[in-house]
This record gives sequence, C-alpha cells and structure tokens, in this order.
Amino acid sequence: MRKTLVISLVAMLTIMSMVLVGCKSSAGLTIPIGVNAELTGDIPAVGASCKNAALMAVKEINDAGGLDIGGKKYTINLLIEDDGGKADQSVSVTQKLISQDNVVAVIGPNASRYALPAAAIAESSKVLMISPWSTNAQLTIDPKTRQPMKYVFRACFTDSFQGQVVAKFAMNTLGAKKAAVLYDVASDYNKGIADVFKATFESLGGQVVGFETYTTGDKDFSGQLTKIKQSNPDVIFLPNYYNEVPLQIQQAHRLGITVPFLGSDSWGSQELIKLGGKEVEGDYFSTHYAPDIATPVAKKFVAAYTTAYGSVPDDIAALTYDSFGLLFEALKTAGKVDRQAVRDAMAGIAHYEGVTGNLQFKEGSGDPIKSAVILQIKNGKFVYFATANP
Amino acid sequence: MYIIQQLINVLQLGSVYALIALGYTMVYGIIRLINFAHGDLFMVGAFISFIVATYLKLPFIPTLLISMTAVAMLGVSIERLAYRPLRQAPRMSAVITALGVGLFLENLILVFYPYPQSVPILLPTIVWNLGGISISFLQVLIIGLSLFLMLILDLIVRHTMVGMAMRAISLNKTIVPLMGVSVDKIISITFALGTGLAAVAGVMYSQAFPVIDPYIGILIGWQAFICAVVGGIGNIRGAMLGGFILAAVQIMVVAFLPSTYRDFVTFTLLLVILSFRPYGILGKPSMEKV
Repeated sequence: MRKTLVISLVAMLTIMSMVLVGCKSSAGLTIPIGVNAELTGDIPAVGASCKNAALMAVKEINDAGGLDIGGKKYTINLLIEDDGGKADQSVSVTQKLISQDNVVAVIGPNASRYALPAAAIAESSKVLMISPWSTNAQLTIDPKTRQPMKYVFRACFTDSFQGQVVAKFAMNTLGAKKAAVLYDVASDYNKGIADVFKATFESLGGQVVGFETYTTGDKDFSGQLTKIKQSNPDVIFLPNYYNEVPLQIQQAHRLGITVPFLGSDSWGSQELIKLGGKEVEGDYFSTHYAPDIATPVAKKFVAAYTTAYGSVPDDIAALTYDSFGLLFEALKTAGKVDRQAVRDAMAGIAHYEGVTGNLQFKEGSGDPIKSAVILQIKNGKFVYFATANP
Repeated sequence: MYIIQQLINVLQLGSVYALIALGYTMVYGIIRLINFAHGDLFMVGAFISFIVATYLKLPFIPTLLISMTAVAMLGVSIERLAYRPLRQAPRMSAVITALGVGLFLENLILVFYPYPQSVPILLPTIVWNLGGISISFLQVLIIGLSLFLMLILDLIVRHTMVGMAMRAISLNKTIVPLMGVSVDKIISITFALGTGLAAVAGVMYSQAFPVIDPYIGILIGWQAFICAVVGGIGNIRGAMLGGFILAAVQIMVVAFLPSTYRDFVTFTLLLVILSFRPYGILGKPSMEKV
C-alpha cells in the first residue's frame, strides 16, 4: 500500500517536472504575467469574463510570434490564479504570483473588495498591478499615507468620475440648466455619485433644484418626486440600482413628470429593461463600454470574443482586454522586461486607444483619464449614444 | 396645489399601511400574538397576484379575489400548524415562531423567484389632471377600496355575532368557551380576515409599485407594526389612524424638509407620541392578570 503511494507520488512529480521543463524550454524568451481573478466564490461570472479576455489577449500576441521588446520577441506566459472570492486568498495568490512565479505584473482582481487587499501587496512588493473593474476611489490610494500608490493602476474610471460625466452630459448635450437628483442615502455608491454630480453641475453654472433621498428598500417615492416636480427640473438623475430605477421612473411619469432621466453604470443590466419596459424608454446612463460602439478597435474585439466564446463580451471582459493592452504597451515602451521600468512606462502612457475608449495616465495617479460612454435605451435595447470625455 | 398633491400621496401610502396594520392589530387583540409573519403574508399576496396575472392572464378582480382567498387560507393554516400548538406556551415562543414562519415564506418564494419580478399592470393607467394635481385611477381605487374594507371590518367587529365573539375573546379567553363559542373557530376567522386584508394590500401595492421581490414585506411590515402600536395595538380604529399618521409624517417631512431627515423626524415623533400615550393613541391601558 505504502509502496504504491510512494511510486505514484514519484511518478506524478516526474510528470509535473517534465511538463514544467517542457514549458520553459520550448518557449524561448518569455514574460510571466499573472492574473488574479474571481474564478470561484460569490461572483464567478466576473472571474470567467476576466479569464476569457485574458486568454484571448495573450493568444493574440503569442500567435503573432510574441511581443517585440527592445528588438527581441517575447512570448507571454500567462499564470491564472483564483482568489476564490475571498480577501485573504486574494492576498496570498498575489504574493505567490509576485514572489514565486516572478511575474512582471498582475492583472486583477476585479471587485474592489478583493482588489484593495491585493493592492497593498503589489505596492509593498513594488510590482505593477492593474485592476480592470474596481471603481472604488480607495483602490489607488495608500490607506496609511493618503498618498496615491505608485504601483497600482486600474483600467476603468472611478465612481466620482462618473458623476462628473453625467453632469457634463446633462448640461452640454441635453442643454439642462436645472437638474434634480433622487438617490439612496444608505448606499455609498449612490451617495458618492450623487454628491459629485451635484458639485460638478453647480460648478458648470447649473442649478440643482432638487436633491432628495430615500433608503434601501423604499418603494414609494411619491413625496420626493412630487417635490422634484414642483422644482421643475430639466433632467432627473437617478444613480440607483436597476431594481429601483423602474419604480422611480414609473411613479414620476404618473405624477406627470416628462423630463429625461439619467443614470450611472448600475443601470447596465438587462433586468432594467425587463422590469422597466416602456417606462425607461429613451433614458440615458453612463457606463464603461458599449458592445455596438463604432470604433474599429472595439468592433474587432467584440467580433473575436463572440467567435471564441459565443457571447457578447461584458464590461469586465472589455476592461480586462484593455488592461492587457495597456501592459503590452508599457512593456514595449519600457524596452526591457523589468518590473520598475514597466511601472514607469505604464505611468507615462499618454495615449492608448482601447476597447473601452481612449486612456491616458498622468504621473502621480493610477486612475486613467478616460472617456465614458453614454447609452440610451431605445426599442428595449441599450444603444450607444455618445462618448463623454473627461 | 403642491400640498394637495402631497395629501393624495399620504392617502395612498396611508391606506396600504392601514390595511397591513389592521392584520397585526386584529391578531394581537385576540390572541396577544405579534404576528411577525404578517408582512411576509402581504408579500405572498403580491406574488400570488403576480403569478395569477402572468400565467393565467386573469383580469384585476379575479386576481384580487384569488390572492385574497389563497392568502387567507395560508393564514389560517399557519395559525393551525404553527401558532395553535403554542397557544399555552410562553408568549416569546410564539413570537419567535412567527419570525420563523416569516423567514420560511421569504425563502420559499426566493426558491422560485430569486430575481425581482415585474408585475403586469391590470388596471387602466388613467391619470386625471385637475388644475396641476395628478390623480391616477389606481390611487383612487387604493384609497377607496381600503376605506371600504376598513368600514366593512369595523361593521363586522362591532355589529355581528362573530365580531362580538372576537371582542369577547379579546377580553377574556377563559370564559368565552363556557358560553358555547368555539374559540378556535373565531381565531381562524380572525386570521382569515387579517391575512385577507394583507393580501389586498399586497395586490394593490404591487399594482402601484410593480417591481416585487421576496423581501418587500419586511420593511413595510415593520412600518405597519409601528402604525398598529402608535394607534394602540389591539384597537382596529387605532390601526387605521396609525397608518395615516405614519404616512402623513413621512410624506410631509419629505415635502417641507430635506428628505434625509425623513426617518429621523418620523420615528422621533412616534417616540414622543408613545411617551405621552404608552398604549397608543386609541389604546386603553390593560392590567396584566396574574
């Protein structure tokens, strides 16, 4: 019994070492890149999209013979790890990628609650980390010194940027002079965006005539909406989740409010249309990316992803793909495979045309300066309407 | 104009609160049980109307009647299976059982409908515009139907034999059986009436706010419970009064103060009322018999 166990163990180790050696010897010059994604746990769909897009981005480079860095061709060795939807596992996986696998950079995690603990590890190990999807403002800020982190970047905009985008869109595109906001005061996300919207809209010379709140679980908004109607706004901003927005718009319509409604990326679920039906028709919201967007880069990505996986890529897939694009750009600019050089090149990316629009980094911040897209709900579909630049 | 519009909002919200509060107060009045599953029966009422309207495509009145009957039967069964065996047990056991029944109902619905559902609108969406005031047909119906049902209930309790039996049980549960009245039967009727009203509230509520999920009963159930307490728990007219008071304070705070103050002002005011009238506005102090 014991003997068989030992023999099988030895056999397994032999095979594994052969496989590992095989990988190394056949690849020539390689760059190890780590992915830390939520493959299991509470949001496996997020991890799956991230993994799919990562595999696709790397395959494209490797099929083309590798990445040209300083005149030499390098193939990418992709190491995908699972954070299990746990903050502690996210930390240990990041540590493993950095110290054991010697990756040049880590992409992910996506959700802020796993990305924040991983960011602290990346920063202290001085390794570049790019989170595709974490919009929480705290991600790129050092919690102790309150200074921006040097090694942590993201490919998406922040929650506060979204508030600015919608305010500018309301004023410049819709020509609104007076806006009203109704938001859930018990939720950080809603409250954060509402506050930024108000500040931006007022600094642009507009007037926020109604700034009303409710708490999570409320269904009757008649008091707040009657008050908003009285103040006669040109637009109404609802930075709330997709299950509440249809009720808010419907009650507003019943009170005789006819102005357009605006929302944030929390609207971006097909459930909004299912629940809202005709009530939400014609309204606008800001989000990361539109599958039907007209740029050639995005079209190519959507087509390739759809062929490979049989579904339209969501915003996580698009942002992961852009994270890889940014990393490849930084590697090319750096001209050598060196963690510090790659980080410095990343911070200096002045222009990158990604699937989710144009990105730019300024020294001293890991948050990209990038555009958001405004989608309109038309004939029961999310349709690209405009690109909002910062 | 503005204040009239807000008053209409108060009447609509208050009617829903009052209908649910009535169920709490009736059950408490008779068996001294705070039926915390009541808000969830309201939710079940909303879901039954959703199922009937979506899959059987029935119009409003049959939907309402089916939902009322089904929930009344459910209420009677819950009393029979979960509360009756505990009638002689400490009161705390029954209250905890009620919380358990509520959780059971939420999770039962959650198995079938984990995502929020959109309820088909069964009533004509007519909105009248009277000199700047918008009133919808639905609002008129909610207010009218609620007031009608409350009136009927008041008549039943005050002017029928069943009602007399209910009031008698509420006063003294030991003596009533000696008079030849079946206590079990009267308690079942009480549950049927109370939960039937919760179902009406659920149906009307899901027509007014047509996105429902298994948790809609929790918050509104608590609020209706507060209405019942403020009005004087056990007192039917008190429950109606409490419902309209809570709605009026909530909406008027929003109307004239920043809406963030709503819950703070509302519940402070209710605490003040209770500190002056600990048994509720229409409640009577009762001696605990030893």
